[in-house]
Amino acid sequence: MQHEPSVIAEDGLAALITGLRADGFRLLGPTRRDDAIVYDDIESLADLPAGWTDEQDGGHYRLKRRDDGALFGYAVGPHAWKRFLHPPLLRLWRAERDDSGIHITTDPDKQERLAFLAVRSCELHAIAIQDRVFLQGPYVDRHYQARREGVFIVVVNCGQAGGTCFCTSMNTGPKATAGYDLALTEMPGEPHEFLLEVGSERGAAMLARLPQRMAAQADLDRAAGIVAHTAASMDRQMRSDDLHDLLRDNLEHKRWDDVAARCLTCGNCTAVCPTCFCTSVSDANDLSGAAERTRRWDSCFTTGFSYIHGGSVRASPKSRYRQWMTHKLATWIDQFGTSGCVGCGRCITWCPVGIDITEEVRAIRGGSPIGRNGGGGQDGGA
Amino acid sequence: MEGLERILAEHRLFAGLGQEFIDLAAGCAKNTRFNPDEYLFHAEDPADWIYLVRHGRVALEVAAPGRGAVQFETVGEGEIAGLTWLLPPYRWGYDARALELTRALALDARCLRDKCEADHDLGYALLKRFLPVLVQRLQATRFQMLDVYGRVR
Amino acid sequence: MAAFAEPLAASPPDSMVPRIVRVRKRTRDLPGTVTLELEPADAAPLPRYRPGQFTMMYVFGVGEIPVSISGDASDASRLVQTIRSVGAVSDAVTLLQAGDLLGLRGPFGTAWPTEELVGQDVVVVAGGLGLAPLRPSIYHLLANRGQFGKVVLLYGTRSPEEILYRRQLERWRKRLDLQLDVTVDHAGGDWRGHVGVVTRLIPRLAIDTLHATALVCGPEVMMRFVAAGLQDIGIPESAIWVSLERNMKCAVGLCGHCQFAGMFACKDGAVVRYDRVRRLMGLKEI
Repeated sequence: MQHEPSVIAEDGLAALITGLRADGFRLLGPTRRDDAIVYDDIESLADLPAGWTDEQDGGHYRLKRRDDGALFGYAVGPHAWKRFLHPPLLRLWRAERDDSGIHITTDPDKQERLAFLAVRSCELHAIAIQDRVFLQGPYVDRHYQARREGVFIVVVNCGQAGGTCFCTSMNTGPKATAGYDLALTEMPGEPHEFLLEVGSERGAAMLARLPQRMAAQADLDRAAGIVAHTAASMDRQMRSDDLHDLLRDNLEHKRWDDVAARCLTCGNCTAVCPTCFCTSVSDANDLSGAAERTRRWDSCFTTGFSYIHGGSVRASPKSRYRQWMTHKLATWIDQFGTSGCVGCGRCITWCPVGIDITEEVRAIRGGSPIGRNGGGGQDGGA
Repeated sequence: MEGLERILAEHRLFAGLGQEFIDLAAGCAKNTRFNPDEYLFHAEDPADWIYLVRHGRVALEVAAPGRGAVQFETVGEGEIAGLTWLLPPYRWGYDARALELTRALALDARCLRDKCEADHDLGYALLKRFLPVLVQRLQATRFQMLDVYGRVR
Repeated sequence: MAAFAEPLAASPPDSMVPRIVRVRKRTRDLPGTVTLELEPADAAPLPRYRPGQFTMMYVFGVGEIPVSISGDASDASRLVQTIRSVGAVSDAVTLLQAGDLLGLRGPFGTAWPTEELVGQDVVVVAGGLGLAPLRPSIYHLLANRGQFGKVVLLYGTRSPEEILYRRQLERWRKRLDLQLDVTVDHAGGDWRGHVGVVTRLIPRLAIDTLHATALVCGPEVMMRFVAAGLQDIGIPESAIWVSLERNMKCAVGLCGHCQFAGMFACKDGAVVRYDRVRRLMGLKEI
């Protein structure tokens, strides 16, 4: 059923927060902590980062004050929604041994229903990408499945392009088109309102409980203009239609040596990337004699990641950087049918030395560096 | 000698070299036979015979102090036991021992070397045939050196 | 011909939780290499598997490793696996005794393409411990001998003291419908067999290379040399199958460790057709 967009004000948003919590959802959303905007439990409107924006560039992230009270006036921070769906640390099972044998017990599934507030379009695509990895292969990750089922998603269509964003190049934004329950486009100022679009029956039912008014054409135009402005002001571009073959055919390009000289193999990019999913398992014993197996996030940048007896297959930093980038942009397509990159720019922002994936691609393709405002270079477009 | 000529003419290493060569080679060839554990040659012997194994198996080995004989290659039917006769100083660098009853056609390498000096076309033709065998053995030896199977603990 | 042998469908509800099995019998093959015969410790039957697959074996409190299934896949009453000690966990597995309990997940991975061997001459080339994951395919070939043309097994290893399943190889060697050649990299004075790399046995093969398929397993360097040698005698790379080895943690394609370019060795392999990986195997640190 087609639902017409509505407009809500701050009280409507507060009612949305209250309503989701009252329905039993654990509501997660953006909040300011440790000089960054991270995702955590949201109890009320006051938890949201009103009046804050982020200044991002290669190896640079700072929060700055805005001159309006926008609640969602930032891009993306170091957290991705994967930390809730694909937890960084998870006990898989516990084993005890006695005279009658070895007994393995698993933890019961968490009875927790999640709601995500202020999911960006790029992040929505990232969740969909991880859905393919964990739910659509020959083996289903039941931990992801249990957490993913029924997640209530409230999207925010971006009101500004982040300093390292390139979602337009990856066709993942800035406007979300499907896969959400409700989508907000913030219209700051006086009055402070939000265009609210419905993406599901469940979203429509929630909307019906909020104080709202019908959207007028002026509202639709204003929201569309905001999103168009975001799209047009994206600094970075990355031509992405040919990356599979480009990277497959350039596995020995000398650019890999160049980036290897800079890359510290710290793994920050894999930690902040919303699609990176690699994990490792470890076994530990406690003093009672029980053994536990734990799964935790891992990174292909570690020296031990590819270890087989005799040594690691990917010993050099060069080979590990190449692995990450070719997997993200090229072999991911072979494995899961889509790119692994959503153009969120986190890997660029959080790289201590500012390695820029769009720049590396350009160098391998043979183009010249692009100036900060989109001038120059052979491949300016998406 | 007709049997020897037929064997030479049919062997892939000598195919297409012409009747004159076959006659010459057959003229300096002899049938040999080695019982198990008999040596075809020892290290430091002059490399004056080309052994073409027709039946059986020959081990190429060196004696290592404290280890006794270490075999590094075996040569079987249709193969040449060693190529050291091709190049000066024409001295074997290892032992060749028959592992089982072995019959080999032995060609006189000195005779062949003299003929190659006199007739460079023949010399070139023979080198073209033996060089691939040498290269294959080198590659196999390199693979062997890699010790890919690792040590059991 | 399919590029990959299909993995078995349908995983159990939680493929990360092992079931408990017991060691029924332990055989020491070589110093550091052991074959274990396993039986269930619960009510469920042993898992069925296909030649070339592996399981993840868990030693209580120590850890888990991938281990080749080396037994006869048609025998549902036994699960036979061969392990070599190369690290802490594999060492612990080789020290298990009859009656000991352990955890088991699997079987996982792709299988040797036994259906595609029908009507073909078959060349099986094994190097070192690579004979273990190939043995189930050999059992299959011998049990269904009439379906295949010539069947050849070439086995290369370091020295005569390191020949795996030696007595079984000697028994098989006596068969009139199987050509079996063993070679060692070097030997002492009393070895009477071949000495030299396993590739040396290839040029002398008398098979119909237009209708031949090769199964190759061993150290990666050995597989590359062997594949090149097989191609030299006319077997195309689309008729050569190899078995990859990579770091495995989950064995279900979700942890990312076993990736080899675009392939997960645990679910798109370990058995793969050589034409799919030849270029990658030639690249360093892929």
